[in-house]
Amino acid sequence: MNARFARRRTDWISLFFTGTTGLATVLIVAILALILGSILVNGAPHISWQLLSGDSAKDMFDVTKAGLLPLIIGTSERVLLMTVAVMPVGVITAIYLTEYAPSTSLVTRIIRSAVNNLAGVPSIVFGLFGLGFFIGFVGRELDSVLHGASADPVWGRPALLWSSLTLAVMTLPVVIVATEESLRAIPPGLREASLALGATKLETVFRIVLPNALPGIMTGGILAIGRAAGEVAPILFTGATYYMSGTPKALTDPFMDLAYHTFVLSTQSPNIDMTRPLLFATVVILLALTFALNIVAVLIRGRMRKRLRALG
Amino acid sequence: MQQEFPIVPPPETSSPPPTLIDVAGLSLFYGSHQALKDISLGISERLVTAFIGPSGCGKSTLLRCFNRMNDLIDNVRIEGRCQIGGEDIHAPEVDVIELRKRVGMVFQRSNPFPKSIYENVAYGLRLHGTRDRRVLDETVERSLRGAALWDEVKDRLHQSALGLSGGQQQRLCIARAIAIRPEIILMDEPASALDPIATMKIEELIVELKREFTIVIVTHNMQQASRISDRTAFFYLGELIEYDATPKIFTQPGKRQTEDYVTGRFG
Amino acid sequence: MPNSLPAHVVPAATSSRRTAGWMGIRRGHRARPGEWLAEHAIFAVALSTILLIFLIFVFVGREALPLVFGKVSTAAVRTFIPPADLDRLPPETIREYLGLSDSDFKAKDHDTLKLLMEVRAESAQEASTDRDAGINTVSWRYLLRPHQWTGYDKPSYIWQPVSGIPKYNLVPLVIGSLKATLVAMLFAVPISLAAAIYVSQLAGGRVREWTKPIIEMLAGIPSVVLGSFALLVFAPAFKSLFGLDSLLNATVAGLCLGLTCIPVIFSIAEDALTSVPRSYTQAALALGASRWQAAWQVVLPAGLPGVFAAVVLGFGRALGETMIVLIASGMASNVSWSFLDSVRTLTATIAAELGETPFGGAHYRMLFLLGALLFTVTFFLNLTADLILHRLKRRLEGGR
Repeated sequence: MNARFARRRTDWISLFFTGTTGLATVLIVAILALILGSILVNGAPHISWQLLSGDSAKDMFDVTKAGLLPLIIGTSERVLLMTVAVMPVGVITAIYLTEYAPSTSLVTRIIRSAVNNLAGVPSIVFGLFGLGFFIGFVGRELDSVLHGASADPVWGRPALLWSSLTLAVMTLPVVIVATEESLRAIPPGLREASLALGATKLETVFRIVLPNALPGIMTGGILAIGRAAGEVAPILFTGATYYMSGTPKALTDPFMDLAYHTFVLSTQSPNIDMTRPLLFATVVILLALTFALNIVAVLIRGRMRKRLRALG
Repeated sequence: MQQEFPIVPPPETSSPPPTLIDVAGLSLFYGSHQALKDISLGISERLVTAFIGPSGCGKSTLLRCFNRMNDLIDNVRIEGRCQIGGEDIHAPEVDVIELRKRVGMVFQRSNPFPKSIYENVAYGLRLHGTRDRRVLDETVERSLRGAALWDEVKDRLHQSALGLSGGQQQRLCIARAIAIRPEIILMDEPASALDPIATMKIEELIVELKREFTIVIVTHNMQQASRISDRTAFFYLGELIEYDATPKIFTQPGKRQTEDYVTGRFG
Repeated sequence: MPNSLPAHVVPAATSSRRTAGWMGIRRGHRARPGEWLAEHAIFAVALSTILLIFLIFVFVGREALPLVFGKVSTAAVRTFIPPADLDRLPPETIREYLGLSDSDFKAKDHDTLKLLMEVRAESAQEASTDRDAGINTVSWRYLLRPHQWTGYDKPSYIWQPVSGIPKYNLVPLVIGSLKATLVAMLFAVPISLAAAIYVSQLAGGRVREWTKPIIEMLAGIPSVVLGSFALLVFAPAFKSLFGLDSLLNATVAGLCLGLTCIPVIFSIAEDALTSVPRSYTQAALALGASRWQAAWQVVLPAGLPGVFAAVVLGFGRALGETMIVLIASGMASNVSWSFLDSVRTLTATIAAELGETPFGGAHYRMLFLLGALLFTVTFFLNLTADLILHRLKRRLEGGR
């Protein structure tokens, strides 16, 4: 009888737009699945123990003979070195921004702006910066101080060290943002409790805040590694080399690299049909590396959020 | 305004306890907003003094002046004088760390560190340089006994403090505060998040603690103030309206506003 | 008992803002010596982010500066001193003419000097037969405007740095970058914004919890992998689907480029829309709006600056992306309106050519100029987005 609250006519416009936007979401997820699926299907069958552990000098384009171990080692080394360089700087900057900087100060605003800006610098520009600053300036100056101007360059040439530092500059915002997020998630009550017990600010940061933010900080490091492992542009001119015998022995040696090799395989192969299986297989390994890291980061972050929610 | 209502000193008991905290003409500004208006009052040793008043009346702000927790907020300006034991705590030569060792604090929401029960209580001691295991053990036990928590946790000292119930956590925070032997304990609505039974335990504890410590407690709960405090100060809109012996505030308040508040007509 | 002095008689015990100096170290108390040191070190490290932006400007710009100020020339010299004059002219003139340093000049004997002068004379005579040889091709006129080079039937925009007469016209590269970026934006903007609206406003909590990280996973795929995917899977499919002649072109590269923009645009737009206070939506729903109407008429306008910033950042990302266009764009520098032609972008040009240029030469500096250009453009894009997002955040927080 009472028709006042009867279901009104179907709102076709709303339905249509909810449908299309939902479809867009599904489409993105589908594209992601398609990319991963096609790479996996084409690449996984070619992965063999020999490919992973072999150290092939000759057939860099043939999947049945190639061995990628030196490349995997090279990538791991540059990424590890990068982590060592970027973590202290990133974590300390995040500490400043969350614990010390007043939100209204101009300096804080500029630092934040610089961090955001750094995150948007094209990766090839980092490559140029690495070449111009680390090799062209720092390296050459080191050479002229250590070895005199005329000797062969030792530091002033592409090397593992310079690639890692270039990547560290690039991933700095990743670490800062992730660390900041995890520091902010620490309930202010814990800081107050510590300060009210007569701890200094510094003691509070190092005894209470940092230990509890550790999982989040680790997340930042892992995200940075995941980002850096797949980057090619910053290492093109700063240290990656297409071929060398063995792995780098010193920081000043160049290195072979998985991501760089992917690029070489896709652009410089004499015979793309022969290279195709190897390219797919290399991509699978590279993806496994970067993706596994990303997923680990997401999981750690999820667990930390839950734990901190329990803290209140 | 304030000068029209001179503060009535609390009635003298047989032997008047000496004043420990002495506030004179204290005003506090957050930027241009004045949160405390010309407050003057004295808080006596080994008594429980309760601050009551509606939300936003400035009672917590005043409490946080006593251990200078307000310093942590940007753009705070304080005028007037606040002395503890005869020392001006806002004087430039005062070491805030020393001040906070002497003036402990318990917060509205229990905030144990995500460490073991033992480490929570020992935190302040370690901070101030105690390394001796025996001293630590003794102090932890004494503090937990002092906070009426020892019997409940003595078998699981090294388990996480986060496993305790809300009331136990709050008593742990009290134990943590008394471990460094402060003279004054500030309590900012310590029982507002607890159930009635846990609240009762905290209240009993407060009455117990007053034998050793001077306690200043902010509370929303008027029954609580009347049950446990010796003196009560009523604040409204940043002003101290009335400050007197607790029974007097609750039975024959001197001001109309106080009467309206304690009888529940507003607030 | 407290004295009752009026407030103005009591001296102010603390002044305002005593807790933060210009460095903004908000401590709340005076530091102990070690603490002071540690905190200022922390501040110094935090400043390094500003320093880094500054260093990028300086060290990318430094290599390009001689070009900008016309200190580099590729023009062949047509005048020469006859080798016979070696003994007649003062040694200082000869040294300058041959461009040798003092020590180098002294180290060379008479015959070597003579030989050098003969080589110089020969190349100058040769150069005079090509009418282009005298052109300084790195001067701005040749970088930006078309020129009819020898062998061409009309004035053209040519990027051809490795040839007898290196040609450095920037127009084809800029057009290439814009074309690929345009395709990427046409693809990525609608789809990511639609997804952002859906996930932030229309989807249920569970869907939201899952889709957001999954879409952001797209950002975790290295661009070199997307490039390989474009080359191996997407381009062949695209070619056979539309019956094209060439495998790699602006559209293939642009679409894959779009994949890198989607997570950027999506996550910033989604954040902006989520930060619009729930009360706005609830007010609209209470007035009888559908969820879609609330999202479209209330939330989207409130979060619009954030959506705009998301698009700006997505644009910057596409413009600066290197590996995908390097692998999948075809790398031919065409000036045309067709999106099915190959393109050569600014980023890909740097990546492809820098490895093979001599340090400090005109070509080397030219590539740094491209980099400086790229950095300047993205710097201002990032700055704009940063300012927009900052203001939006303040406004929405104020309105809560």
